[in-house]
Amino acid sequence: MNAGPSPVPLPYSAPDLQRLLGADWSRLLWTAYRWMRTARALDERMIALQRQGRVGFYGPGTGQEAVSIAAGLATHENDWVFPGLREQLVALVRGHPLGTYVHHLFADGLDPGLGRQMPCHPTAREVHQVSMSSCVGTQITHAVGCAYGFRFRHDAAVALAFFGDGGTSVNDFHAGMNFAGVFHLPVVFCCTNNQWAISMPVERQSHVAELASKAAAYGMPGRRVDGSDFIETYLQLSQALEAARRGEGPTLLEFVIYRMSPHTTSDDPGRYQPKDWKERAAEHDPMPRLEQLLGALGLLSQDLVREMDRQIDATLREAVAAAEATPPPGPDTLERDVFAPSQPVAGTD
Amino acid sequence: MVQAINRALRTAMAADPEVLLLGEDIGVNGGVFRATEGLLKEFGSERVIDTPLSETGIIGTAIGMALYGLKPVAEIQFLDFIYPGFDQIVSELAKFRYRSGGQYPCHVVIRSPYGGGIKGGLYHSQSTEVYFTHTAGLKVVVPSTPADAQGLLLSAIFDPDPVMFLEPKRIYRAVTGEVPEGDHRVPIGKARNVREGHDVSVFAYGAMIPPATDACQSLEAEGISAELIDLRTLSPLDTSAVLGSVEKTGRAVVVHEAARFCGYGAEIAAVLAEKAFYSLKAPVARVTGFDTPFPYALENLYLPNAARIREAIVATVKAA
Repeated sequence: MNAGPSPVPLPYSAPDLQRLLGADWSRLLWTAYRWMRTARALDERMIALQRQGRVGFYGPGTGQEAVSIAAGLATHENDWVFPGLREQLVALVRGHPLGTYVHHLFADGLDPGLGRQMPCHPTAREVHQVSMSSCVGTQITHAVGCAYGFRFRHDAAVALAFFGDGGTSVNDFHAGMNFAGVFHLPVVFCCTNNQWAISMPVERQSHVAELASKAAAYGMPGRRVDGSDFIETYLQLSQALEAARRGEGPTLLEFVIYRMSPHTTSDDPGRYQPKDWKERAAEHDPMPRLEQLLGALGLLSQDLVREMDRQIDATLREAVAAAEATPPPGPDTLERDVFAPSQPVAGTD
Repeated sequence: MVQAINRALRTAMAADPEVLLLGEDIGVNGGVFRATEGLLKEFGSERVIDTPLSETGIIGTAIGMALYGLKPVAEIQFLDFIYPGFDQIVSELAKFRYRSGGQYPCHVVIRSPYGGGIKGGLYHSQSTEVYFTHTAGLKVVVPSTPADAQGLLLSAIFDPDPVMFLEPKRIYRAVTGEVPEGDHRVPIGKARNVREGHDVSVFAYGAMIPPATDACQSLEAEGISAELIDLRTLSPLDTSAVLGSVEKTGRAVVVHEAARFCGYGAEIAAVLAEKAFYSLKAPVARVTGFDTPFPYALENLYLPNAARIREAIVATVKAA
């Protein structure tokens, strides 16, 4: 296993934070923490519902929340997000309603994708989050084409392409990085290196010591970031986003994180992870790290957390109840959207 | 035909500033078949994009452009080289509208020369249109005349859905003809009746139209009246044109240069068996390539020609 950053306490003082994050720093951290608790509660609830047979499938993002939340908060409204499996939280942070996402997880008639995809593959057009496919890495070149469009229309936007450590092995990673380098496009490539591609450790994906070093092959900067440190992640993302927006081209950011959950609800990590992995991963859990910082800064109390959890729980209960009360998509939706409305489906008459 | 394709691209780019071309060697070089000749000079390198050598990169990038709202027209230099981008076509392009509940339409046009007859061997000759017709969400168009090439390509570029525009390269220069001026479009999804007849219906497309025409014409003298239908759009199929013709003639011959097994002729035969069974007087015949890789030295043996088509028509008419 690559060494990775060591789990040190966040060494930030209030003046540091003001300097790094601006005057509104405490609200930013508070918002990030609230999203961490929300995401964690959502993961726990959905895994439980999947075990009860009420949700078909779930891919938790436990342990990886800092990256998604930082991306959600660092992006501008007109930026586009091309997610992998564990970045659905980015859409929620950018304003996709949690209730709508839960309709998607239940694949009911109010899922914007009309229940066509497995859970955790949502469509969030209103926040420019593109509908995910289960194929690994195909979204990387889409982000590149979209970024070409930004420049073509003089739209000061940036495309974020998310993929895991396994995603760096597929041909679309090479093609996308190469095209973005050649055309000098506003893309931030976000490699969420959670150190596992289902059962394969990152050493079996690549012989390089740091995935970020792959950027050199495409003539772009690459940086390794402690993806469990919300502040560092937020700063690195903001910097790469602004560089892209200024026309300075793409960046590869490798976020070293720790997958604290199974790959999905269909996976049993007991078959392949070392016995101490869970313990080591827990040391890098981004939530207690942010919690400790907020506590040290006097921004957190047990009462506040309790009230936050109460609200999150109520929101989730309401969303689940609404989804369970919604019928599945009607049979009349089966042939819809193969082509544009009014266009006939192939071979039918 | 290749000039008609060039004109259609020029017309579309002049009409809509968000039509972009991307592909290998399409700019400075004007494309290996010269389909994009002169367009770089006229529209600039932001709209006529020479890309690195990667089909998955070209198609994936085009998809991203289309998701954002541009109208990309990607060129894949030979259909034989499209497979590194096959995942992007089948898994992404064809499924975006459906998987997003209609929120992310993805109108990419992929132009690609296909088919044999240019001494191109295994990797510059294949006719693999059914890989695409078998995938829901793609339209598959094959012109056989300059006027159709221009009119169908214009329709494809302004169509709301992804279109595979397969160009029969053997007749890029071999087939000539008048082409209407301006933005004259030929509708996707409509077959063309090349010649009327009442004894047998011949269904063909692309580079098979010239030998099929020769075969039909030569049979006039023998008293066989063959109707020839150019399918033009393989998906969605103009089913009513197929059924209408066979209900009239009672006999059908399908011609394609692709391999026979599970080729496009199988679908036509199945449609006729399902929906025109009681009109049929004779078994449906297929004149096709062989179930082998495409050979270099024996390409003329592999490809259907007028003599083989003629033989099949005669056998079908004589059968009953």
